[in-house]
Amino acid sequence: MYVAVKGGERAIAAAHTLLAKRRRGAPETPEIGVAQIDQQLALAVDRVMTEGSVYDRELAALAIKQAAGDLVEAIFLLRAYRTTLPRFTSSEPIDTTHMHIERRISATYKDLPGGQVLGPTFDYTHRLLDFSLLAEGEPAAPAPPSETVDTAPAASQPPPTPRVLELLEREGLMIGEHDRGDEPTDITQDPPTYPCDRSARLQALVRGDEGFLLALGYSTQRGYGRNHPFAGEIRIGEVEVEIVPEELGFPITIGTLQVTECETVNGFTRHDDGEVRFTRGYGLGLGQCERKAMAMALVDRALQAEDHGETAVSPAQQEEFVLSHCDNVEAAGFVSHLKLPHYVDFQSELELLRRIRAAADSAGEEDPA
Amino acid sequence: MSAPATRAGYNFAYLDEQTKGMIRRALLKAVAIPGYQVPFGGREMPMPYGWGTGGMQVSAAIIGRDDCLKVIDQGADDTTNAVSIRAFFRDLTGVATTERTEQATLIQTRHRIPETPLHEDQILVYQVPIPEPLRFIEPSEVETRKMHALEDYGVMHIKLYEDIAQFGHIATSYAYPVRVNGRYVMDPSPIPKFDNPKMDHSPALQLFGAGREKRIYAVPPYTEVRSLDFADHPFEVQRWDQCCAICGATDSFLDEVILDDQGGHTFICSDTDYCRTRLARQEEKA
Repeated sequence: MYVAVKGGERAIAAAHTLLAKRRRGAPETPEIGVAQIDQQLALAVDRVMTEGSVYDRELAALAIKQAAGDLVEAIFLLRAYRTTLPRFTSSEPIDTTHMHIERRISATYKDLPGGQVLGPTFDYTHRLLDFSLLAEGEPAAPAPPSETVDTAPAASQPPPTPRVLELLEREGLMIGEHDRGDEPTDITQDPPTYPCDRSARLQALVRGDEGFLLALGYSTQRGYGRNHPFAGEIRIGEVEVEIVPEELGFPITIGTLQVTECETVNGFTRHDDGEVRFTRGYGLGLGQCERKAMAMALVDRALQAEDHGETAVSPAQQEEFVLSHCDNVEAAGFVSHLKLPHYVDFQSELELLRRIRAAADSAGEEDPA
Repeated sequence: MSAPATRAGYNFAYLDEQTKGMIRRALLKAVAIPGYQVPFGGREMPMPYGWGTGGMQVSAAIIGRDDCLKVIDQGADDTTNAVSIRAFFRDLTGVATTERTEQATLIQTRHRIPETPLHEDQILVYQVPIPEPLRFIEPSEVETRKMHALEDYGVMHIKLYEDIAQFGHIATSYAYPVRVNGRYVMDPSPIPKFDNPKMDHSPALQLFGAGREKRIYAVPPYTEVRSLDFADHPFEVQRWDQCCAICGATDSFLDEVILDDQGGHTFICSDTDYCRTRLARQEEKA
């Protein structure tokens, strides 16, 4: 008797052993450490923290190691860990005006209060493979810069660096952002409903897949929901996180986060008061994630279509479409579930198709042409 | 009483108690409004979306230390995902597990309802990929919620009618839409329509969890579940000319097994427990 091939516990266990072996690679190469991933693959760690929604470099690096470098898998691991964590309190909103600036650029002004700070960036590098990195050991140290750069954040809160969009807002040229004082939505606690509140939308975008948002943002530049963006300001640096413990009643600092923030200046429209003003998009992510933050800002602006009297006809402008498909843990899960057996459904389709064909055949016999 | 051993560092059944409470409140609402999709704060689970996270959250919220759990996928206890989910709950609850339908108090299923009739002390938890029966006709959730609120189900009948006009049959063979308690049109999850009649007036409580879509719905015991049809095209289930090649059953859903590359095939029960039980009974008699 033929026995249907079905997976058993032994097959699964064997597959996991094989996976662990593959992850480790050839035993004669040294094993990669979590600290090395944190330090030397820092941008991968940043992406996993942002889309995994946990600010913990060590855990994100561990997830990358365990996922053998598959970042979507690493994001999934971190999310599955996050879901088990208790929530103590909500922090105060972070204040990026008081950021310890590591990088800060504006494409709308040549110079501005606080200055342009290039910081560590791939921009303006020539993308030539550096074969010296192939060699074992440390490459020759670059010549020290003529001025010493102070990279360590100062102990006290730095002076505020005014934000470009705030300057435009003060002149009445930019539409204002107002804190309605509502409790922000948390889509990890309550399912999103459409149309979404702005806080839910921004949360979904921060957690959203970088590649998906990049493509959507790009599509707005190519005419599918054009919104005439300028990179008003991009800033990267550490910000303080404060909480107000109930028993104290005043804010205390519990730590710092490195964040990337992008604010775009977008095409102007005539507003309710009859005045013409620029519109804006907002992007934020954990660590250094400029591409993600820019893509997010473009999509955030595209999703404001209806607020600015634009007809939402392009994919990037359709909130339900964008938000319900941007999460890569959801998307990867549902696509990958096609690998699960579907014998029963397929059998049902087979049976139906055969019956339709049989009915057509017998009808053909009864009715000779 | 000594608690069963569970994985260190995790709560009983993985989810924290607040989350379980939230899911139980959604379940109570779902039971009170049969067939209505209740939004719930679906959590990330350590398995991928689409692999049963909704069913697992429902199971995790209701499982108790005295439960006896059965997990099936495609009717079988030994398919990889069923093995994996059963192992997860064994690891994180320590409860007893079984492959015998009549022994189980809690059955989590993907794509089948067991052939053995369920009884009052059982709960059947379905894994649901797309909870919205109108989704393939109307992609927008805003619109479909409105349609449910207004009981505006005309489009569904038009779709079924178009099938008949085009193919001579209603061309839906699984996830065949049902109407629950004369009110909500509901997706029974991708079970074959062969299983639809088992939902009607079932003595067992039927719970449905859709993790990615963050919806829970329910059919309380002894509730009317009607498969949509027309007076001149009544609902009918799949039939086979063959019987099960192992146990000889003529009344169960059969999976086709390809024997060779010459088109040779045979059929066996999709419900492995049903097949095994029948075989054991035949051997007893012999």
